[in-house]
Amino acid sequence: MAAFYGFAPDNPLFLGTAQYPSPAILAEAVRRSGAEVVTVSLRRESAGSGAGQAFWSLIRELGVKVLPNTAGCHTVKEAVTTAQMAREVFGTDWIKLEVIGEDDTLQPDVIALVEAARILSDDGFKVFPYTTEDIVVGSRLLDAGCEVLMPWGAPIGSGRGLNNPYGLRTMRQHFPDIPLVVDAGIGLPSHAAQAMELGYDGILLNTAVAKAGDPAAMAEAFALAIRAGRLAFAAQPIEARDMAAPSTPVMGKAFLA
Amino acid sequence: MTLLLNGAPQEIAAGTLAEALAELGYAGRVVATAVNGDFVPARKRAEVTLKDGDRIEVVAPMQGG
Repeated sequence: MAAFYGFAPDNPLFLGTAQYPSPAILAEAVRRSGAEVVTVSLRRESAGSGAGQAFWSLIRELGVKVLPNTAGCHTVKEAVTTAQMAREVFGTDWIKLEVIGEDDTLQPDVIALVEAARILSDDGFKVFPYTTEDIVVGSRLLDAGCEVLMPWGAPIGSGRGLNNPYGLRTMRQHFPDIPLVVDAGIGLPSHAAQAMELGYDGILLNTAVAKAGDPAAMAEAFALAIRAGRLAFAAQPIEARDMAAPSTPVMGKAFLA
Repeated sequence: MTLLLNGAPQEIAAGTLAEALAELGYAGRVVATAVNGDFVPARKRAEVTLKDGDRIEVVAPMQGG
């Protein structure tokens, strides 16, 4: 079981907390998913609003670890300042580092990402970088101090699944000992299972659960798929082949022609 | 003086960031602050003197993916 900066969850689902129909449904989805880590964010709060305080109370009651993000940040400076604010508010040195480079795909700006990862790692943060499946960028992030990599499956919120299974498989093979999490783009439990079957160590998702017709049921479906995928990877799947290979033994078959 | 509080102009009397937060009604709230783009830890808020036109960001926990 992979450990993320020393934390080894039984259930490696990192569940997002945004876009649920209600706080009660969010709480139920977290419970049914069995997730041990949820992602959270920071936003401006007016003095008259208690929204942030109420949300934080809800999350604390769930008894899960939090992974704050730097969602929406486009520069190193913004991401670093957001991470510093998150560390104080949430009382954790974990940070899901997002530096967005392009708004149509929300693709990470991997150059700024590496720079921000270095600054934050040097400052004692445990950085979970939202990156692409580029293994050279992955190496730079590890050099910068990251001990986890989180390549995208597909653009955030797209629900397309694994756009580049080859790239993700290559990344897994290139970094056999680094905890790898597919973050973003997951739409179906089968996508999550596929990533786990490739040997990934965890899945981070939000929209696929939050925007489902029944988020709590979908959360449980993802938990089951992740468990199935992990079990399958450990069980060493067969190689695919082009031609049929009879599974029922041919030897001893009655000659009836 | 006039500050930009979370992007909107705001008149305040206070001199330090800590005083400004109290004046604006943030006392006792779980928030983090930045002044002109730089993080100001809670323990330093009483040491930061504000100037006219300073940009103050006050953020709180929020749902995220």
